[in-house]
Amino acid sequence: MSGAPVLLEMRSITKEFPGVKALSDVNLVVRAGEIHAIAGENGAGKSTLMKVLSGVYPYGTYSGEILYQGTESRFSDIRASEHAGIVIIHQELALVPGMSITENIFLGNEPGRGGVIDWKIANRRATELMAQVGLEEDPDTLIKDIGVGKQQLVEIAKAFAKDVKLLILDEPTAALNEADSQHLLDLLRGFKLQGITSIIISHKLNEIAQVADSITILRDGRTIETLDIKADGVDEDRIVRGMVGRELHSRFPDHTPNIGEVFFEVRDWTVRHPISAERLVAKHSGFTVRRGEIVGFAGLMGAGRTELAMSLFGRSYGTYVSGQIFKDGEEIVLKSVSDAIEHGLAYVSEDRKAIGLNLLDDIKTSMVAAKLSKISKHGVVDQVQEYQAAESYRKSLRVKAPTVDEGVTKLSGGNQQKVVLAKWMFTDPDLLILDEPTRGIDVGAKYEIYGIIQRLADQGKGVIVISSELPELIGLCDRIYTVFEGTITGEILRKDADPELLMKQMTSVKKAQRA
Amino acid sequence: MSRVKELQKSLFGGTTSNARQFGMIFTLVAIVLLFQILTDGLTLSPGNLISLVSQYSYILILAIGMLMVIVAGHIDLSVGSIAAFVGIVVANIMQDYSVPWFLAILIGLAVGAVIGAWQGFWVAYVGVPAFIVTLAGMMLFRGGNQFIGNADTIPVPEGFRKIGAGFLPEIGPNTGYNNLTLLLGLVICVAVVVREWRGRATRREMQAEVAPMWISVIRVAIPLVVVVFATLQFAGGRVGTSFPISGIILGVLVVIYGFVTRNTAGGRHIYAVGGNARAAELSGVKLKRVNFLVMMNMSVLAALAGMIFVARSAASGPQDGIGWELDAIAAVFVGGAAVSGGLGTISGSIVGGLVMAVLNNGLQLMGVGSDRVQIIKGVVLLLAVALDAYNKKQGRFSVIDSLMRPFRRDTPTGAESPAEAGQERGKSPVAG
Ligand SMILES: Nc1ncnc2c1ncn2[C@@H]1O[C@H](COP(=O)(O)OP(=O)(O)OP(=O)(O)O)[C@@H](O)[C@H]1O
Ligand SMILES: [Mg+2]
Repeated sequence: MSGAPVLLEMRSITKEFPGVKALSDVNLVVRAGEIHAIAGENGAGKSTLMKVLSGVYPYGTYSGEILYQGTESRFSDIRASEHAGIVIIHQELALVPGMSITENIFLGNEPGRGGVIDWKIANRRATELMAQVGLEEDPDTLIKDIGVGKQQLVEIAKAFAKDVKLLILDEPTAALNEADSQHLLDLLRGFKLQGITSIIISHKLNEIAQVADSITILRDGRTIETLDIKADGVDEDRIVRGMVGRELHSRFPDHTPNIGEVFFEVRDWTVRHPISAERLVAKHSGFTVRRGEIVGFAGLMGAGRTELAMSLFGRSYGTYVSGQIFKDGEEIVLKSVSDAIEHGLAYVSEDRKAIGLNLLDDIKTSMVAAKLSKISKHGVVDQVQEYQAAESYRKSLRVKAPTVDEGVTKLSGGNQQKVVLAKWMFTDPDLLILDEPTRGIDVGAKYEIYGIIQRLADQGKGVIVISSELPELIGLCDRIYTVFEGTITGEILRKDADPELLMKQMTSVKKAQRA
Repeated sequence: MSRVKELQKSLFGGTTSNARQFGMIFTLVAIVLLFQILTDGLTLSPGNLISLVSQYSYILILAIGMLMVIVAGHIDLSVGSIAAFVGIVVANIMQDYSVPWFLAILIGLAVGAVIGAWQGFWVAYVGVPAFIVTLAGMMLFRGGNQFIGNADTIPVPEGFRKIGAGFLPEIGPNTGYNNLTLLLGLVICVAVVVREWRGRATRREMQAEVAPMWISVIRVAIPLVVVVFATLQFAGGRVGTSFPISGIILGVLVVIYGFVTRNTAGGRHIYAVGGNARAAELSGVKLKRVNFLVMMNMSVLAALAGMIFVARSAASGPQDGIGWELDAIAAVFVGGAAVSGGLGTISGSIVGGLVMAVLNNGLQLMGVGSDRVQIIKGVVLLLAVALDAYNKKQGRFSVIDSLMRPFRRDTPTGAESPAEAGQERGKSPVAG
């Protein structure tokens, strides 16, 4: 790749936010037709760099220069960069849920004349674009009715509707399962053949090693190095070393579990879908958790793990049909979230921005939000205790922020996740349910979060981990349940767990064990 | 960081975000001084200050409730009608059934609570948008007022008029001032000092950074000067007038609600619901209950405002309270709350309301006709919020959204550009 002409050069880019220097003197060189990966820890400045490039932060709000196709570019907004063929797909998807696939693809870019949309052209083009990205779906389907994997493809189709030359993908596979991720990576390779250049940000280092031609590593807002994947023989460990600045010997902290007796049990749990009443999202599910045990839930995207967890957590999802919950041998009935919290349950949701955090809050308010009673007397919040509790979590979880007065929007993804973790640790739960706890989180922070999970287990709590990354479940959990279409299809002990076996049980009902 | 910013930061609290209140107060002071000059000193004269308070206290009382409604992500269009309805009910029972005035007030508040429960029920438990429920309420209770009063006015007895037209009585030795007003001023001064002192103690206890002493001195000195000046003006007015009772009611409510919204679990739940309802629900907040109580509280305050107004004008009529909802809503938004909920403070709304009140009053003093006053107010509301939006977009210090939550509840700084706000699923404040 080193022979190809340079398409983009970003020179000594510096970007400051009030009180934080997100980027300092960052350089990035991308050659035409390559797939260029950007890696770095949470908060390293990856997203910020891409926002500078795509005009989200317009010219004048940063210093340094952008040379694109040989000329200096000063983008005043996203439209300007899109005009030049640079299209960014953000970390969070930006689709309108209530609109159809076609409408979303052409949103802001509608074909037609004089403001009147020509639906014939739109539909034909949409069908073409969908074929191009391998999306098999009726173009009139609403976005909210298709899964995340397909939504991601719609985003890409949308980018293609705009005549893209440089496609930027910020963590495109974070929310995708293995199959969908693979499909997306194959697409990128296809685009390369068509001469489209891509920049991809990802915390899934195996994907980078697999698909990228070169990689730029950022740390603390600085460029550390740019490597040629093939020429320099870059593998995952090499990337990790660049990211964290030292060798990371293992992905999981050493841990000897200390497992006690069963203290939490669910029997015959059946829940109906909130809207289509004939659909069951959980079917006669039963499982147990022991004290000090980390229990995994494996399954494909949409298998119903989140739905199961949320329905247990104070009936926060769907309509309860049947089932019992036992804790310490006694049946408990959890009709609301506050009941669940009262009985020592905590649920850390997979979507921290949409339902895990109030993005208007600061760190300390977020951390204590789920159990205000712990720091208040007669309903009056004790601000000293609040501050101190939050400070101690900030320190022990190593949240990267100067003080706990900082707003949570300012934090990078990984640090927001730590805030959410702190929020639920603060409730002193007996059973902590973690839904995709390391989504979008860098290797170093993952390691830390695994450590936190293990320490919680060692305190005698039960931990349930829902994850779409099999290596994570295998590395972390003492026991793993597999879930398929709302049914628990198997139970595997750590010593027997291997990806193939899990995969088989995750995709079939054959071994379904009816309670 | 520039010197000015640093000073702002240290004067208005520990975090940068707290510096935002600077602009809001600054705007109010500027408007007051401007009119003081334009009206040749009439604006700050005892007579005018007294009438300003008694003329706007009920709007500010509404603004308190409206702030909470808006923070929770709703709106209430019915407050003017509810005020008028309760006013006529209270006037009616006092006239026809000779109910004593203090009992009538309690009955009025109870009627407000029942109406609030009715509206809260539809909003919280049925899920009808507050906009619709209160639009219906606006018609319903306006009609109710005219039905009960036969579209006529009903006078109210002397005792009742005190809550709207009464003043702190003259007692004690003749000092040339109203003694109770002086006492009130003294109490406020002490409160200002104690509050700052306790704030410092709290920061120290948290082991957080404490502002240098001279900062605290300034933070105490400026309000003290204002309070002392205001006290002397209010106490030194025409004999028989002094600080209005309605102003005291307002002051007590501001202190109580300010505390509740800032420092209690219940208050936090309101912000949580407005900021991200689903996240709040999954944190154990009882969404329906919060929405119900917020709507109900608004109606109780509307009932109170209605009674104060009736007391002030000595009679209840069919045109009472028309357009109040808009004044209250304007105060809240000028005070920096977000249309999408989750942001705003009581004190901000009060300052916002005062900005509008001083503007109104100053223009009237200058002899500007009410037609033109309306036009100017409309333009000011739009410009104030637009300037704020512009500043935010530029990432600069924002003037109007410069609200105070002494220790919390500020917009997290580094407010995002609109493009980003979209994909971050952030809340865009009214301005952005
Ligand atoms: N709007 C903002 N205001 C203030 N600080 C910000 C803002 N956006 C980002 N930052 C800060 O800039 C730094 C870089 O953030 P950025 O989002 O670019 O990280 P990232 O590398 O994309 O991390 P992640 O892998 O978690 O997505 C962080 O320290 C973050 O807190
Ligand atoms: Mg990022």
